[in-house]
Amino acid sequence: MTTTQAIAHQLAEVINRYSTDYIEARFEESQTSYISYRGRELDSIGRASAIGGNVRAMVKGAWGFVSFNDFNELPGRVELAIRQAQFAGNEESQLAPAEPVVDTSAMAQDKNPVVIPLAEKKQLLDEYNDIIWHTPKLQTAIIDYGDSYKKVIFLNSLGSYIEQDRADVTLRLTAIATQDNEVQQAGLSLGSRGDFSLIQGRHQQVGQMAQLAVELLSAPQVKGGEYTVVLDPVLAGVFAHEAFGHLSESDFVYENDRVRQIMTLGRRFGSDELNIVDNATIPGLRGSYKYDDEGVPATKTYLITEGKLVGRLHSRETAAKMKEKPTGNARAINYCYPPIVRMTNTYIEPGAASFDELIGDIKEGIYVKNWYGGTTSMEMFTFSAGEAYMIRHGKLAEPLRPVVLTGNVFTTLMNIDGIGNDLEMNQGGGCGKGEQVPLPVSNGSPHIRIRHCLVGGR
Amino acid sequence: MEQILAQAKRVAEEAEAFMVSSEETPVQFEANRLKHIQSKQSSYVALRIIRGGKIGYATATELGDSQNLVNAAVETAQFGMIAKFELPSLSVYPEIEVFDPKVESVSTEEMINLGEELIATVRGHTPDIVCEAGVSKAIISIHIINSRGGQANYKQSIFSLGVAGHLIRDTDMLFVGESESSCHPLTETKAIAGEVLRQLELAKNRASIPSKPLPVVFTPRGLASALILPLMVAFNGKTVLKGASPIGNRLGQPVFDDKLWLWDDPTLAYRPESRPCDDEGIPSQRTPLIQQGAITNFLYDLQTAALAHTQSTGNGSRNYGGLPAPSPSAFIIKPGNTTFDEMVTDIKEGLVIEQLMGAGQGNILGGDFSGNVLLGYKVESGRIVGRVKDTMVSGNVYQLLKQITAIGSDARWVGGSINTPSLYCPTLSVASK
Ligand SMILES: [Zn+2]
Repeated sequence: MTTTQAIAHQLAEVINRYSTDYIEARFEESQTSYISYRGRELDSIGRASAIGGNVRAMVKGAWGFVSFNDFNELPGRVELAIRQAQFAGNEESQLAPAEPVVDTSAMAQDKNPVVIPLAEKKQLLDEYNDIIWHTPKLQTAIIDYGDSYKKVIFLNSLGSYIEQDRADVTLRLTAIATQDNEVQQAGLSLGSRGDFSLIQGRHQQVGQMAQLAVELLSAPQVKGGEYTVVLDPVLAGVFAHEAFGHLSESDFVYENDRVRQIMTLGRRFGSDELNIVDNATIPGLRGSYKYDDEGVPATKTYLITEGKLVGRLHSRETAAKMKEKPTGNARAINYCYPPIVRMTNTYIEPGAASFDELIGDIKEGIYVKNWYGGTTSMEMFTFSAGEAYMIRHGKLAEPLRPVVLTGNVFTTLMNIDGIGNDLEMNQGGGCGKGEQVPLPVSNGSPHIRIRHCLVGGR
Repeated sequence: MEQILAQAKRVAEEAEAFMVSSEETPVQFEANRLKHIQSKQSSYVALRIIRGGKIGYATATELGDSQNLVNAAVETAQFGMIAKFELPSLSVYPEIEVFDPKVESVSTEEMINLGEELIATVRGHTPDIVCEAGVSKAIISIHIINSRGGQANYKQSIFSLGVAGHLIRDTDMLFVGESESSCHPLTETKAIAGEVLRQLELAKNRASIPSKPLPVVFTPRGLASALILPLMVAFNGKTVLKGASPIGNRLGQPVFDDKLWLWDDPTLAYRPESRPCDDEGIPSQRTPLIQQGAITNFLYDLQTAALAHTQSTGNGSRNYGGLPAPSPSAFIIKPGNTTFDEMVTDIKEGLVIEQLMGAGQGNILGGDFSGNVLLGYKVESGRIVGRVKDTMVSGNVYQLLKQITAIGSDARWVGGSINTPSLYCPTLSVASK
């Protein structure tokens, strides 16, 4: 038994003796390694290890939360969390019912990428970096690799005791090309749930990325205006996550009357063909888990079915406050933070159309690929696509400078009139909410077609 | 710590141990109500070694396992950058006050009162606004020792207070907010609440704005949200070293309007970004960056400075526990002598920018910025007439700051790390629906 396990076991024995409405504790042991390049040369390489824990208590509707990596004064910290909750509480505690779970079988499920020698990781990155630097007109490259492996123990006053592990690998590459005063860049984001081999053998993709940055230098700028656009699975997946998914997070909904109105169950958001899901139960994806950070089993939650809003994402608290069922979406980025409502693997379900059918009847439109950046403010979104092509008379035509898509989230969802049959999950993303960035998630979609989308040059 | 250093010295030519420990108590209000009281204790030690001439680096939260830490640093040193710098030997540090023991003794009750008072004042003005507020106190201890006898040790206190409100009426969303921080306890909510009320007053009416180049005034908050990021990147010695800074080869040359002065200053007493030394143990200094519109310095840590054949400016920072890298402490723009009202009075038709959203999305290196005016006001015939909506602005920091009409006399802190007055520029491209 590790020290952390021993401490957790001791606390589990006594945790239900405290006088609170609810109390839980989480302990983590993690290892990470990272390598980054800025330009030709390696910029930093390092390893880190961390051990820490937290205690969260609820009294009369308010939370006390204490995090620490000094385990010596644990009883005092538990009492502090309770005192804080007592101090703040002045209403009734509301938490949706949850079954006590005792399960340690989800430990040792993932491969640990951190133990792979740094030499092997660096070798792969050197190969990718070489490919980028062998591309003519390329000015510089940015490469960031990171991996982590962590063991998490969760226990609460209901009698739950859960051990789980989580591994994560991310690799982001950016190639920057310049000519005269022009600068263009192209990027590639890869990731996996700890499986290093999934980011190996991507030499061809890296080469194409570098080539794209160069090609963009001579590509024309799009004429701004309304177009029929076709989004590739990466960009459509990010759209589903950023523009719609965050609105489904109930901590944002339940205390905000205006959002509550917009997000009324049963309301139509799109055509009959549109189905959007958040699903933490798919094995091997970066957003997946067996139990969330409140010990609630992961679920597959339909957010939109046949165009209508049918569900949303909950913690135990938001579920109780909205009188709905918990969905197991309470997640914390690490032991320093309490869990909040988050997405997991969010995707648009595949429809029937092939890519050729989607673009076949477009006289003049734009095919947009890849995510470059963007922001949303509830109803409005602005996204930059990393790659764009004209569609002319049903065929892909000349490449364009990267474009910006902008519009109203709800109108845009309504304007989706074609959904492809080629669902792809993108493992390269990370999600930010408040201070908790980046949380491993994945998102996905088939190709989708949107009518009347406002497109501007970047 | 001493033990880690001793173990590291056995396998490396040079070694440095850096330890930070902190205790933080944030009190958070959500949807007008007290929601969370938290307490966060954390500590970690970072070991940097030079072995075979190369840099190795590892961090851990557990001090007990020093051999693992040393082993990890040794493994990374095989591939690390070649060390070009020398760790500092024992230095004399300037006396910079950053610790007030009174912060530690502020009670949770007092912190809750401050948050409640802030929210009550804002809602007293606008009853249907939904507020979030945060009150936080923190004590941070830093300890650095290295194999050349260098050592530094200091304690810092930070107290911060802030409120953000959003007002939703039909499809109209208004965001307002203000925050303040200090190494002293903050006991007054008046200034912060007053600033929020000012924003609410100015935003009461709606106004439309044409799509065309217009004169623009950035308030201190507007300037911080729109223009500071590209400058921080451009003055970073690492950006300069990589040849990616547009001002990298213009040292000594006039690049901006000669009314513009900017410096980095970690030496001001009781400011949260101040400290006697940086994270490598280099004494803090005030570094002029722009003087009378001319570029005078860039910001360096030890390694970057050595590669650039210059001296560290004491700007080595370990954000998120990584290797030291150049980073600004506090950016300070010298105030002018024009009042905010005088600037507005001077404008026939124009825009006041209070908060820009998404400004960091474009080509930051080139100085481009563009974004949605989250909060901004239309000026007509010398008067603010109302808030603008669905308005984008875009421009280039280098073009914009080449010709400044006036610099305000109203300099103040925005967040903990930027002190700036308002800035009045003759023209900026505005697009509105
Ligand atoms: Zn997100």
